[in-house]
Amino acid sequence: MKKILLGALLCAGVLSAQALDPAKLLQPPTDSWPTYNGDYTGRRYSPLKQINQSNVGTLNLAWTRRFTAGGGRGGGGPVSIKATPLEVNGILYFAAPDNAWAVDARSGHELWHYTWETTGGLHIGNRGFGMYGDWLYFETPDCYLVSLDAKTGKLRWNHQIADVKQEYFCGPAPMVIKNHIITGVGGDSLDVPGYLESRDPETGALQWRWNTTPRPGEPGSETWPSRGSMEHGGGMTWHSGTYDPELNLYYFGTGNPNPVYAPQSRSGNNLYTCSIVALNPDTGKLVWYYQVSPHDSHDFDNVETPVLIDGEFKGQPRKMLAQAARNGYFVLLDRTNGKNLLTAPFVEALNWSKGLDADGRPIPNPDKEAKPDGTLVSPTEGGAANWFAPSFSPLTGLFYTHASESYGLDWKTDLSKTPEGYGGRNQTIWMQNLLQAIDYKTGKVVWSHRYPNQGGNRSGLLSTAGGLLFGGDPTSNVFAMDPVNGKMLWHAGLQSAVSNGPITFGLDGRQYLVVGAGDSLYAFTLPGH
Amino acid sequence: MLPVLQRRAGLVAVALWTASLASAQLISRPIPPADAVERGKKEFVIQCASCHGADARGEDDGPDLVRSVIVLDDERGSLIGPVLRKGFPNEGMPGFDLSDAQIQDLSAFLRERTQAAINRNAYPLKDLLTGDAEAGAAFFNGAGRCNTCHSPTGDLAGLASRFQPAQLQTRFLYPRGGRGGTAKPTTATVTPRTGPTVSGTLEFIDDFTVVLRDTEGYNRSFSRDAVKVDIQDPLAAHAQLLKQYTDKNMHDVLAYLVTLK
Repeated sequence: MKKILLGALLCAGVLSAQALDPAKLLQPPTDSWPTYNGDYTGRRYSPLKQINQSNVGTLNLAWTRRFTAGGGRGGGGPVSIKATPLEVNGILYFAAPDNAWAVDARSGHELWHYTWETTGGLHIGNRGFGMYGDWLYFETPDCYLVSLDAKTGKLRWNHQIADVKQEYFCGPAPMVIKNHIITGVGGDSLDVPGYLESRDPETGALQWRWNTTPRPGEPGSETWPSRGSMEHGGGMTWHSGTYDPELNLYYFGTGNPNPVYAPQSRSGNNLYTCSIVALNPDTGKLVWYYQVSPHDSHDFDNVETPVLIDGEFKGQPRKMLAQAARNGYFVLLDRTNGKNLLTAPFVEALNWSKGLDADGRPIPNPDKEAKPDGTLVSPTEGGAANWFAPSFSPLTGLFYTHASESYGLDWKTDLSKTPEGYGGRNQTIWMQNLLQAIDYKTGKVVWSHRYPNQGGNRSGLLSTAGGLLFGGDPTSNVFAMDPVNGKMLWHAGLQSAVSNGPITFGLDGRQYLVVGAGDSLYAFTLPGH
Repeated sequence: MLPVLQRRAGLVAVALWTASLASAQLISRPIPPADAVERGKKEFVIQCASCHGADARGEDDGPDLVRSVIVLDDERGSLIGPVLRKGFPNEGMPGFDLSDAQIQDLSAFLRERTQAAINRNAYPLKDLLTGDAEAGAAFFNGAGRCNTCHSPTGDLAGLASRFQPAQLQTRFLYPRGGRGGTAKPTTATVTPRTGPTVSGTLEFIDDFTVVLRDTEGYNRSFSRDAVKVDIQDPLAAHAQLLKQYTDKNMHDVLAYLVTLK
């Protein structure tokens, strides 16, 4: 595949000094961080170890840079960097709603700033770019896929990928697999159907579309009571996934079914919402699925990163996929076929569920569906986990995720036979944030770090061969822990909480750690390097 | 709030369609003026409701208009105008003789309907009081041990006249923001390896630092690796109770609290 990709790019004449070598996409990240998760596995594990346990205490600020939004809805307003920057050939590329930047990775110097004139849409966040050769791709809140020239930040083209007037909004980092730019959509307000699309990197032309919910007569339609229920069944695709080049499967999680809190018009399991799905990225055809929240009624979007793990399970080498789901369960699957290997709760008191079925799928507790007078549900809407990036270290065999124990009230407000939109409301009552280290072989939480504050921020995580686990705490510290036991080894207070997932890369023999916190990027290095 | 939207749609035409600050997070399109919505609603009831329902969400004879793509993509009658005038004769919908102003009013009404569906934070909460007040009182004084800290004739006297049931429900479960500003603060006691302990109001804590305001009002800051910290959280019992309540307990306690007028 490597040869084919290189050939295609060379023929197109786009491989330049600044361009992304597609071979980098197939390697663990070292001198580059070329995708949202650094590589296709979603592990956010770096083999770099210049920064390690023996010297992390001396980590220094190399530079920090603040970014101001321009144009669009955010004109001059605050920026929240939820994007994971890409780092390719010494340049960082990242985006925020309606805004995108290229920054010199050695100095933080801004190379260009692109602004998009919006037509609306919810400006919740943008997760960043996908890159193909010299070309960048990001999504806007009003659901355009925008391609920029990485050299100049100039617009190449844009294509509308969803209708913002139907209350879609968009922000995932496009996934680049071979010559496919895979885009996703969000939007729960008006029961629109979810889908995933693949577009041509040169022209943006549509290659295929996969609908999250089936149409009448298609497989999965038996899990919906009517045409209308599946056509208005939701299942958004608002987070990018992972890819196994050997199996040629793209893995991602799907969002909750609609109407969100009023499920009376959609009896059944509501496939393929709240599921982990495996698609052939060349055709968009479903190869397997595993539903983590059947018939969800708590807004438990199941989009959390499906992390690819190669290792032993019960004495056998296996190709696996692990997810810490928003509903509070850790799920381990055989990623060749989607068979469940293990399901276990990673936080306490998951009262929405009555336990597991024979296939390891959580069974919802109908008593905890939203009611007009309120039900007390754990976890609440924000979930035990959410979009922020987990990490898996092959050195420790542990899966790390920020998590929450929480309670919330779910009220059903729409009792009609055909509810619409959310059909109900949620209010978080109480939340305690944790960092959980989960043994993938048993599903047990090996260690847990309980922050001293209630609520607050949950950041993405990064583990390295230097024996370090990096993240941000609920206040405004970036930290390094010992991934074996959770002991704090280093921290630095920032202007605001870490709002993305930390990345690391090597340049000129120097290892950088870069985090986004609010409107700023911060880069750390060791002294003397 | 949405200057770009207004620019795109045309300055004059959209001047009356404003953005709502309160709903800005969920409503991303201009909100139609209330008088146009009201006129449109009257028109809708006369002309459309018999097939589409008074709330425009559809009936057996007519489709849901709130989630209709034609309605959603419409701008002040641009799409629904031609449809209304021509109808869908093959599907049983006649054409209507409507003025431009009437069509714009209907468009305003339908926009209001879609925005009511979108703006979940404004969905009305009602029928919250399903519990048994006597059972709630028994829980308050019994298993819940609420009476350890609270009294219906003391700090909770007149509670129900200060808060609506919906506010009371979330506040008694966990009184974030305090009981009308009179909540006891979280306090902490810091024990250094050497020297005297320091107690005070907890100003700030993370994994590395703890800051107290001591009894004399001074701010005292400590590195956490050098001290032991004991936190006294007056709301800890509320957090603990969340794990204990059944939904019935919760509804009963609310029914009891609303009797404290």
